[in-house]
Amino acid sequence: MSRRFITIWFRHLVTDRIMLRKPELKGLPFVVAVQERGRKVITAASAAAQALGIDYGMVVADARATLPSLQVFDEDPQLAEKLLHALAIWCLRYTPEIAVDPPDGLILDVSGCAYLWGGERPYLKEIVTKLRSAGYDVRAAIADTIGTAWAVSHYGQVSPIVEPGALLDALLPLPPAALRLEQPILERMHKLGLYRINSFISMPRLTLRRRFGQLLLDRLDQALGRSQEIIELIRPVELYQERLPCLEPIRTATGIEIALRRLLEVLCLRLQREQKGLRAAVFKGFRIDGNIQQIEIGTNRPTRNVEHLFKLFELKISTITPALGIEVFILEAPVVEDLSQVQDSLWNTGAGHQAGVANLLDRLAGRLGMGAIRRYLPDEHYWPERSFRLAASLEEKPAADWRLDRPRPICLLSKPELIEVTAPIPDYPPMLFIYKGKIHKVIKADGPERIEREWWLENGLHRDYYAVEDEQGARYWIFRLGHYDEHKPEWFIHGVFA
Amino acid sequence: MIAAADKIELIRGLQQQILSLQGMKGPLEGVQFNFGLGPLERAFPGNTFPTGAIHEFLSNTPEDAAATTGFMAGLAGRLMQQGDGVCLWISANRAVFPPALKMFGIDPERVIFIDITRKKDLLWAVEEALKCESMAVVVGELKETGFTESRRLQLAVEQSRVTGLMHHFSPRNITATASVCRWVVKPVAGEQEAGLPGVGSPCWNVTLQKVRNGKPGTWLIAWSAGRFRNVKRDAVAAPDHQLPKTA
Repeated sequence: MSRRFITIWFRHLVTDRIMLRKPELKGLPFVVAVQERGRKVITAASAAAQALGIDYGMVVADARATLPSLQVFDEDPQLAEKLLHALAIWCLRYTPEIAVDPPDGLILDVSGCAYLWGGERPYLKEIVTKLRSAGYDVRAAIADTIGTAWAVSHYGQVSPIVEPGALLDALLPLPPAALRLEQPILERMHKLGLYRINSFISMPRLTLRRRFGQLLLDRLDQALGRSQEIIELIRPVELYQERLPCLEPIRTATGIEIALRRLLEVLCLRLQREQKGLRAAVFKGFRIDGNIQQIEIGTNRPTRNVEHLFKLFELKISTITPALGIEVFILEAPVVEDLSQVQDSLWNTGAGHQAGVANLLDRLAGRLGMGAIRRYLPDEHYWPERSFRLAASLEEKPAADWRLDRPRPICLLSKPELIEVTAPIPDYPPMLFIYKGKIHKVIKADGPERIEREWWLENGLHRDYYAVEDEQGARYWIFRLGHYDEHKPEWFIHGVFA
Repeated sequence: MIAAADKIELIRGLQQQILSLQGMKGPLEGVQFNFGLGPLERAFPGNTFPTGAIHEFLSNTPEDAAATTGFMAGLAGRLMQQGDGVCLWISANRAVFPPALKMFGIDPERVIFIDITRKKDLLWAVEEALKCESMAVVVGELKETGFTESRRLQLAVEQSRVTGLMHHFSPRNITATASVCRWVVKPVAGEQEAGLPGVGSPCWNVTLQKVRNGKPGTWLIAWSAGRFRNVKRDAVAAPDHQLPKTA
């Protein structure tokens, strides 16, 4: 399939923006200037100023001489870039593949998009009128290559639509500047009397290169589609993406739900064909005012169950503010994993325990975040705090057995707490200990169980653990840190037995 | 004229109906849990531990909480033995040490811990979990629940037949509840064979404060060799409550 590109040229990008901010400037000549080597140089001029001959590159003093009432604004160096980016995002409703063409243009890859708007002419008209009614003076053209589209959008006189295969005809009457060349080359061409592309295009390539450099040949090849031009997309295209343009802006939750369900159905059908399931999904709504509303979900297992995914999204639909209405909905699946047919059928019938559990966990994760859900597996460490670790997934199986040979308390304090004890030396359990101001008289005790510090992980003293029972029948896990040597060792309580 | 045997049969059937209307549906067909609680099980209607119901546990001190957790873990372990049941452990302030659950017959890797700080989310999560039929048991560590909340939870399990064990640690006030049972578990001196030193196996003073259609009471239950065991000990001080003791 042949590719089609649209380039949009914002003829007065910066001044249009200023005019939008300050409507009273409409139709008045004004310029944007920047301080450069002690003088002010114009970087952008409004249409009215341009009509009076005041243009880019002039010095403000000269321009003031022509027009004393000229208004001058300081340049915001980031403004053009930011504006272009925002406009590019707005244009995402027309095609997913958009690149910024600094300083004042956008490139849209519209291959296969135009038919949705009933052909290229209505499509282009729609884009241009929408942008013009938003207050931007734009010219746009559509062609097989970026080069030709750019040329026609900037210098074309006849039609903004270059029919497929008619690149050469469109280019011939245009000036050499339409090929995006540098100023010195253009001046040289002008000097030689090459005012139009048709006056030099038939010259031998060797001659052209010798006289004007490789750039001219490259630009010609790009314009004629002989070499590929690579553009950097503002948003990489998601492989699994579905979009739903709406005839009228959607403003109600019911409308959003219907859109979501339709998109999910289409996406899940596609996933089913390709034996995939999604792990994460993003649902976006493009609002009329250019704002993008989005909600995201994640799942614990790959899934393509419409009902389940819908439920996950449903929890978050209320966070979308449609304001004046949403024009286009997009559903993306950034993370996709293989999911076989068998797993799928299990999932739908609910025969497996796992499916129900995974569905529940997805809902919990959707509201509480993935961090709230934890599952543990044994880890081969004696040190109590390290004897278990977080499981990576719902299915992960333990590699080792849980140990049963030593008593472990059912409740473990997150940090051992200091206690005061009376204990006979050298290795007897304490006779009593004071914890939180309460004296516990030890009646029965087990121990010691010495647990050495894992020296390859951290330094410190070993622990001698005792399980003790007080006169109330409560059982505690306490330990002594280190030996009895020159200093008195500290005692800690680390847990409570059942 | 109906024969006497028929009458008894009829009345038993009607009692069963009333029980099921009151939320004691009993286990699903063919599913039998043996908790091994001995005489304690006679306190329940039909002499069976009510599954598919909400059980409340109250505790005030960390020691009681640990004993309660142990007792709950023992119950949960029994409930999880059926098939490859999964347990959800939902809490705001989790103190339980996962490797120790193994001792109470639970494979710790089959327990999914959910940690939530907001009370509203906590209640929502517990309710959602109780509604999920694939759960074997749901353990919720909630500070307290009001009557409305406990009724919501009880209604959820009546649909799904999931057993819910709700542990209320130091509740500010104890309200009426829609739960089927209310328990208080306190630790008592461990069980050890005569003459042997050491702490021995865990032993609890288990009080059934409330049980719908049953007989409340107090029992001494020990956990040894991976199962509950009823202990007969003469002089046991049952602290903090004035309930009649049954054998």
